[in-house]
Amino acid sequence: MHKKSVAELSRELESGKISSVELTREFLDRIKAEDGQYNSFITVTEDLAMADAKAADEQRAAGNASVWTGVPFAHKDIFCTNGVATTAGSKMLANFVPPYDATVVANFRAAGAVCLGKTNMDEFAMGSSTESSFFGPVTNPWGFNKGEKRVPGGSSGGSAAAIAARLVPAATATDTGGSIRQPAALCGVTGLKPTYGRVSRYGMIAFASSLDQGGTMARTAEDNALMLNVMAGFDPKDSTSANRTVPDYTATLNQPLKGLRVGLPKEYFSDQLNPAMEQQVRNAVKEYEKLGATVKEVSLPHAELAIAAYYVIAPAEASANLSRFDGVRYGYRCDKPQDLNDLYTRTRAEGFGNEVKRRILVGTYALSAGYFDAYYLKAQKVRRLIQQDFINAFREVDVLMSPVSPSPAFVQGEKTSDPVTMYLEDIFTIAVNLAGVPAMSVPAGFVDGLPVGLQIIGNYFEEARLLNAAHQFQQVTGWHQKFPQ
Amino acid sequence: MQWDIVIGLEIHAQLATKTKIFSGSSTAFGAEPNTQASAVDLAMPGTLPVPNEQAFRYAVMFGLAVNAEIGRRSVFDRKNYFYPDSPKGYQTTQLDHPIVGSGFVDVDLAGGRNKRVRIHHAHLEEDAGKSLHESLFDERGQGMTGIDLNRAGTPLIEIVTEPDMNSAEEAVAFAKKLHSLVSSLGICDGDMSQGSLRFDVNISLKPKGSDTLGTRTETKNLNSFRFMEQAIAHEVARQMDILEDGGRIIQETRLYNGDRDESRSMRSKEEANDYRYFPCPDLLPVVIDDAFIESARVLLPELPDARKARFKEQYNLNDYDASLLSDDARLSAFFEDTVSHCKDAKLAANWVLGEFSARLNADNETVARAPISGVQLGQLVARIADNTVSSSGAKKVFEALWNGDGGSEGNAADAIIEAQGLKQVSDTGALETIVDEVLAGMPEQIAQFQEADEKKRKKLMGGFMGPLMKASKGQGNPRLFTEILQRKLNA
Repeated sequence: MHKKSVAELSRELESGKISSVELTREFLDRIKAEDGQYNSFITVTEDLAMADAKAADEQRAAGNASVWTGVPFAHKDIFCTNGVATTAGSKMLANFVPPYDATVVANFRAAGAVCLGKTNMDEFAMGSSTESSFFGPVTNPWGFNKGEKRVPGGSSGGSAAAIAARLVPAATATDTGGSIRQPAALCGVTGLKPTYGRVSRYGMIAFASSLDQGGTMARTAEDNALMLNVMAGFDPKDSTSANRTVPDYTATLNQPLKGLRVGLPKEYFSDQLNPAMEQQVRNAVKEYEKLGATVKEVSLPHAELAIAAYYVIAPAEASANLSRFDGVRYGYRCDKPQDLNDLYTRTRAEGFGNEVKRRILVGTYALSAGYFDAYYLKAQKVRRLIQQDFINAFREVDVLMSPVSPSPAFVQGEKTSDPVTMYLEDIFTIAVNLAGVPAMSVPAGFVDGLPVGLQIIGNYFEEARLLNAAHQFQQVTGWHQKFPQ
Repeated sequence: MQWDIVIGLEIHAQLATKTKIFSGSSTAFGAEPNTQASAVDLAMPGTLPVPNEQAFRYAVMFGLAVNAEIGRRSVFDRKNYFYPDSPKGYQTTQLDHPIVGSGFVDVDLAGGRNKRVRIHHAHLEEDAGKSLHESLFDERGQGMTGIDLNRAGTPLIEIVTEPDMNSAEEAVAFAKKLHSLVSSLGICDGDMSQGSLRFDVNISLKPKGSDTLGTRTETKNLNSFRFMEQAIAHEVARQMDILEDGGRIIQETRLYNGDRDESRSMRSKEEANDYRYFPCPDLLPVVIDDAFIESARVLLPELPDARKARFKEQYNLNDYDASLLSDDARLSAFFEDTVSHCKDAKLAANWVLGEFSARLNADNETVARAPISGVQLGQLVARIADNTVSSSGAKKVFEALWNGDGGSEGNAADAIIEAQGLKQVSDTGALETIVDEVLAGMPEQIAQFQEADEKKRKKLMGGFMGPLMKASKGQGNPRLFTEILQRKLNA
């Protein structure tokens, strides 16, 4: 059962071939047996999951089940779960148990899905390798059997690795600069970062508020559509969420792609891209041509400015967002503070890891008197130019296709000593967050036995088109079905 | 040397919304610590602010009342600083795009003078919580600081004036006018003792006639008009001493202790925080359209200036009385209740501003809490006007009303007049009989009177009134007694 998709499991449950209690037990046993080697979970909520599974079976027996009723999944440990520890991968919140559910969590609860636990992540979602977690690094299931310890990407590396290892069929994730797409690519699973505002951020621990977006991760595009059906929608608790109707994302999965206009941004096929990766991406684009799509080269002229702008805006917002972690009301507090200043400085010095501190410092600097105009305001101007690049491109084409990451999964420790090399992992994903458009990562081949992702970028609120394109691709390719043996 | 005093004010007014500016928690004052603090107010991870529409409407009402432009695109910024009563580590406020732009307020001063004070702008922001330093100890008996976040997130409008005031008198007059304005609008309860309205005063001195402003200091959190007046006098004297000694004023924030009439430096400009303001990414810019402004305009009540003009016109009051009666919306309403039940506006004004106001002051009461209503006072004044009671009798009735002796039903004044036998005798026949009886016993005084000239007669009249009032047990109408006397003596 563990190799089945959400859609398949839902049908098995509906047909009565298996109960949610049995299914949940199977996945929990797999986590228990295998996750020691991957470390993809921070918290496994076995008792709660079994109780939810039992309730789901009763609900299904009573005849009012949804697609999700009784289907196991997991939440990235950035979504607040009422009564269950929510850490954001940080020592700062290692003891934090929220008294409320994130809206995303409440939505899955209402749909009857069974949450198995909370997945590991880079501390406060700051990272591209899930090595900065206070709870230890996550290991990519790909390459593991060859004795390699490769990163799963990040920051949603726990969700991606857990799905790749078939410990869960689906998991929530978040994406501020590529944190869904890059780990999905490196672990060979399918992930979607929706349009900014499509999914409520309430209860999702903030990294950079204007860039953060909750999204989906599963093996198939269809499962991503099922997840988005639960997650998307206006939330009165999040005034930046979009107040517009939510389509049924599964309804358009089977539309033919004939006439789909595909653009290849020339800036994303640069010499920074591993040539073997480029070949896989171009092969995938050829599949789309076979499916009836037309392909042309387009330009995103300000693409090269994206990383610089991002590493001003995101840390600036983070420097304020993380000020609330002060040891006063919840979370980590240093031992025996001498006075207020000591409480603040030691709590934050001891509670945050290095990458988080680095970004708080950068962001504080960028907002400081005398530097604000040169950094923050300038970066905001660049952001508008980048948005305009995408608006212009979508006048010519329906979707953009590109690689997700410049190279496949790298070995743990390889980039931790050089933050800038690590930041370049997101060179093809970051502009999407600055613009706020939706984008997917779809498994599209292998290089040296490691998965390669195809990025499909869409216009604002055109998630349905992306899911349709990814689903059609998955009808004619088998990359998303590969399992790390 | 002669100095010009230059004063500007910053006023924090708590808006009288039921819930906080970015959360659904109650704003009621006086609850147990932290019982009105939600996950949003505690800045729990992942929580987000949702703007309270009513706070925006109140701010727009204020803007309209001070003749200001309304900011059509209202943007919130984060002001970053660490303090335990600031749970997010930043205050959500407005820097470059406030909801209320420049406007003005006209202020009446003593002696018929007046002053226009310009408003620089007014912006919306959230209040902080409170640190509690009393009665909190750890297990070793060491003092601890408690944090009460009930107040955190209460909506504030911060009103910033231009430095247009030149004396403590002007500053206090403006402050009182502003207090009257926000209370009349109903956007702030105006209770300064609970911190609903707090004043910061910026003061500088410059050589008389100079165009260049001196270095200013800011004295924070003055919560009564008396303290404000004292604090200004104190700070002006302090600065003058320094300047006359050839010293230099340091730009700094000062705290004034009203009980001791002394001030101390809180922080200098050099120690001031770099607040690293930037637009809050959790809140989209709020667009204020014409329809919203209209929705605020229709809520505007009659404002003090308009009310004063109406009182002069409608009740024929003089400028001074009209001004005193129109400033405070509750006193204005009380007065109008009084007038409507006695139909004698001048007499009503005298009683409201005289006996009633004096009694409020003496008992340290407010109009809202006064034990007598405008209707009751009006019923009493009506009895003075129709000669049922004398003014001295009326004072006894007022005292009884204040003590609640008249009961709450019907006409309390009449009940007291009846019960205490304070009704004046205005029956001329009965009064004539008394006059005849009294005069019969005073032949010498009558002779003296009739020999006296006009000027002296006036004086001698008083000699008859005492015995007359005594004979009537104080119930004779003095005016009628005088009339009868004059007729009889001059006959």
